[in-house]
Amino acid sequence: MTDTIIFILAGAFATATPLLLAAIGEAVVEKTGVMNLSVEGMMAFAAAVAFGVTHQTGDIVLGFGLAVLASTALSLVFSVLVLGFSANQIVSGLAVGILGLGLSGLAGRHFENLTMIGPGNQSVPVLSDIPLLGPILFQQSVITYLAFAAAFLTWWFLGRTRQGRILKVVGEDPAIAHNLGFAVVRIRLFAIIFGAVMSGIAGAYASTILTPGWSDGLIAGRGWIAVALVVFGTWRPLRIAFGAYLFGALLLGDLAVQAMGFRIPSQIMTSLPYVMTIVVLAAVSRNALLIRLNAPVSLGQNYRPSK
Amino acid sequence: MFNQYTLVRRSQVSFKGILLVPLVTFALALLGSIVLFGALGANPLEILYRLLIDPLSSTYNISEVVIKAAPLILIAQGLAIGFRAKVWNIGAEGQLIIGAVVASIIPITFPDSQNVLMLPLMMLAGMFAGAAWAGIAAVLKTRFNANEIIVTLMLNQIAIQILFLLINGPLKDPMGFSYPQSVSFPEVAMYPLLSPEGLLRANASIYVVLLLSVVALIYVTRTFSGYTLLVGGLAPDAARYAGFSAKKAVWISLLIGGAAAGLAGMGEVSGPIGRLQPSLSPGYGFAAIIVAFLGALNPIGIFVAGTFMAIIYVGADGAIIDAGLPPAAPTIFQGMVLVFYLASFALVQYRIVRLQPEATA
Repeated sequence: MTDTIIFILAGAFATATPLLLAAIGEAVVEKTGVMNLSVEGMMAFAAAVAFGVTHQTGDIVLGFGLAVLASTALSLVFSVLVLGFSANQIVSGLAVGILGLGLSGLAGRHFENLTMIGPGNQSVPVLSDIPLLGPILFQQSVITYLAFAAAFLTWWFLGRTRQGRILKVVGEDPAIAHNLGFAVVRIRLFAIIFGAVMSGIAGAYASTILTPGWSDGLIAGRGWIAVALVVFGTWRPLRIAFGAYLFGALLLGDLAVQAMGFRIPSQIMTSLPYVMTIVVLAAVSRNALLIRLNAPVSLGQNYRPSK
Repeated sequence: MFNQYTLVRRSQVSFKGILLVPLVTFALALLGSIVLFGALGANPLEILYRLLIDPLSSTYNISEVVIKAAPLILIAQGLAIGFRAKVWNIGAEGQLIIGAVVASIIPITFPDSQNVLMLPLMMLAGMFAGAAWAGIAAVLKTRFNANEIIVTLMLNQIAIQILFLLINGPLKDPMGFSYPQSVSFPEVAMYPLLSPEGLLRANASIYVVLLLSVVALIYVTRTFSGYTLLVGGLAPDAARYAGFSAKKAVWISLLIGGAAAGLAGMGEVSGPIGRLQPSLSPGYGFAAIIVAFLGALNPIGIFVAGTFMAIIYVGADGAIIDAGLPPAAPTIFQGMVLVFYLASFALVQYRIVRLQPEATA
């Protein structure tokens, strides 16, 4: 029984990793006032590219590299629309998301339903020998450690550095930021690219390490859950991390319930994370003050310098 | 480099420009597809022929276009009403599924019925179910301020699982061996076919779509309620000042969008499919979003855009089989359409202006 619990808890951290990476990326983008809803499409395209490249070359680093390039390329299309043409952010995100889903099908068309052996996990010396906590926390993939580090670094960057504060000013009031001499469009562009890199790593991790394989629809709404996690964490990286780990456990609920010997239709278990996303989103959003205090004021609004 | 140019909203948007946008968009998306898929080894001229000419080259293919145009136009008309009010219902795919599931319960319960009221009853069931499913998002938006984009998307995923659960359980044909599908519907549960010989699959649902398109046109151009929704989307503060309720706009938008998608779902099971099965739609709910924008959120524009999109769907089906087009091609094409639409629409809406260097400091 203890083994099962350890297995499930360790699995929860692994399952949470792509959610956390993508949500941290999206949080930074939204902090500059831009809502990029193409996370799902970026993750899918990156996942297909990462699997295809790793499967063909055996080089997972190359797979991750090209996956990040793929998601970044998509984010540049988004940037041209939103920053260049001042197009509606929501529709632009949907457009690029659909494009990404289509391109994932194209990139993965020769790899449909293939699987491979993942690179395995890396134990942290000494720490991984701690009873209980060791196997849960310190026998994970490098990317899982990276995701936590990213959440922590982003918290530090946004709250403790000058650049982080400038980034937040852009999101609060781009006109003031512009008048103060900050390059609003450039800062937003960098944030969007950062978000794409994180989505790219998230997608690549999903298809090469978490469940090494590719099939159309592999990402299965996890990009959207990441977008919801940003609201759940009220745009704060450490709260987002907490939410991601919570959802990681939920996504594994299927296994846990089976391990405990209950028989619940798999469709209900599959629905559970989506139901929980809705419930949690409603519960957090209900507190209008909490949202208003934390949401970037200019979120969703484009900025065109007038003079 | 980024601060040297800006966009200034044009005081007057030319009507010619508005008409040009969808044409330029389609041309660019076609060009993009030809370049992309040509580079992957398909014959560009063959693709063009398959996508644009082939779907209109035989009565059978035209009938297939009608089958695909009906749900696309119907859903887009419903969604457009919400989009005008800036209510983002992205869950038409789920609303379509729930509409189809609930409507299917009637013929599955009475498979031997000959009661002609079954079809209209199913239409009502589909509409109500789709509206109710979208209504969940409306409740959460108006009561809890929950973002309707995320909620409607999550509801899509849940709807699929509900369909899978029921089609493997109570709605499954007990004589159907291991296939997860329902019994075939009785004739009274089906839309009548357009051709008496029954050689073509196109059915009377297109008349329903035509009728509802006219209703949509009247609603948005001639009624106070339709006007309110538009104002609420364009100038929420002014709308609130004038006493229009934002909550009401959310409700109306989601209920109409959900009802249209639910009816479209019912039209699939009572039309080309003829039973309930795990796959009901090749992504009509998402493609309809693109149709709505490409049609400039205008009922007439949507009719034209939906027909175009249906031609591409039918053409792509053929090209995937015969011209080596990858199955992902329609989705990529749709993505390109929306990207090019947004870019060309911006050029109609704004002028590019060079900023004075000293003013940027």
